[in-house]
Amino acid sequence: MLRVLLQVIRRDLLLAVRQKADVLNTLFFFVVVVTMVPLGIGPEPNLLRAIAPGVVWVAALLAAILSLARLFANDYADGTLEQMLLSSEPLTLIVLGKAAAHWLVTGLPLTVMSIVFGVVFDLGLQETGVLVVSLLLGTPVLSLIGAVGAALTLGLRGGGVLTSLLVLPLYIPVLIFGSGAVGAAASGVAYAAYLLLLGAFLLFASVLTPWAVALALRISVE
Amino acid sequence: MNTAASPRIGLFWFASPQTFFPLAGKMVPLFSLLAAGLLLVGLYIAFLVAPTDATQGESYRIIFIHVPAAWMSMFLYLVMAFWAAVGLVFNTRLSSMMATAIAPTGALMTFLALWTGAFWGRPTWGAYWVWDARLTSELILLFLYLGFIALQAAIDDPRRADKAGAVLALVGVVNVPIIYFSVQWWNTLHQGASVSITRAPSMATTMLWGMLVMALAFWMYSIAVVLHRLRSIILERERRTEWVRELLREGRIK
Repeated sequence: MLRVLLQVIRRDLLLAVRQKADVLNTLFFFVVVVTMVPLGIGPEPNLLRAIAPGVVWVAALLAAILSLARLFANDYADGTLEQMLLSSEPLTLIVLGKAAAHWLVTGLPLTVMSIVFGVVFDLGLQETGVLVVSLLLGTPVLSLIGAVGAALTLGLRGGGVLTSLLVLPLYIPVLIFGSGAVGAAASGVAYAAYLLLLGAFLLFASVLTPWAVALALRISVE
Repeated sequence: MNTAASPRIGLFWFASPQTFFPLAGKMVPLFSLLAAGLLLVGLYIAFLVAPTDATQGESYRIIFIHVPAAWMSMFLYLVMAFWAAVGLVFNTRLSSMMATAIAPTGALMTFLALWTGAFWGRPTWGAYWVWDARLTSELILLFLYLGFIALQAAIDDPRRADKAGAVLALVGVVNVPIIYFSVQWWNTLHQGASVSITRAPSMATTMLWGMLVMALAFWMYSIAVVLHRLRSIILERERRTEWVRELLREGRIK
């Protein structure tokens, strides 16, 4: 079982390394979106410090959405996905592996990059730490929930926009608690509850979403 | 052809579009009449019987539309998800068609609740919109309805649309409580609105009655409209079957 999971992750990472542009574009998008905000609202440091967690989190959401299209699309196009569906290994496990690989190439780089934004937006050491931890816990949830949307819209015209329409409302709890944790840390309130809830979402999503994704894939490919 | 000759009406007798179609045809006028009657009574109570509110004056009367619409918007989502799940589990086409038929009415009710809420908020809070937890959740509910409709509209194969919609509706139903509570927490954290709609003054009984009658009227309206839409969906999907062609030949549907 574990071998299948690792094998799927290894394969997807290998594919990502061979097509570096896809991965780098997502990261670049994240950086550009965050950079646009101070240009749009002005360089006032206090204001920027106050809105930084929300901005970084919204940009992370958008970057995650943007990268969802390639989660299943290439496998669908070259027939690998059908082989996965026919495989004797549990589809939920394969799906979990793919979501994990997706997180490793999008969520994790964003999380690392957010340290830079903590510095740029003049957040304190503690706030930046909380931001990183919240992204570390929250971005895997984005990959897992996003996989449901990507599987449902597989092969549809206008799939990308449709995926965002379906998935963004479901991202709201993660957004609220992710940026809420940083906000609480900034105002000196206890922030552990936010991070614990994010952790709960992660466990909840990693148990339930693989089934929904597997079902959605079977519906989309049949 | 002669399925009607075996009148063993069990639980699943009306699960087939062919048998449900005429039944729905009989139910639509019945529920439309009930809706119209209850609406008249409800509006009579709302405008002529219910007293003017001590603090809000006449503007509170929008409650008679607003609250029933909000109730229906939330309830219809559950009903929609229920039928979608039944369609997914038992592979019954009619259940999935029911879910598809409910979605636009649910979205309409959500929109109505938001719209009337804005008009009510203006005179009482001085703003059309505040980022209150309830308002925000209702807005997100509208997004969920629109996502469901958009997904089904994007898929050409009706069976795939049914099943994909069902998965989405079920994921949505699991998420709705989480979204609701997180939005509530978010609101208390940000402390945006200084006014709260939760501390409503205790209501006069005539107001409550008016609201209940209006809620019933909205129920009847929703049933009538959903069944009517369901009939159209059945006709569209089954247009190549013999029984629909027969109905058309006999001129029983225009």
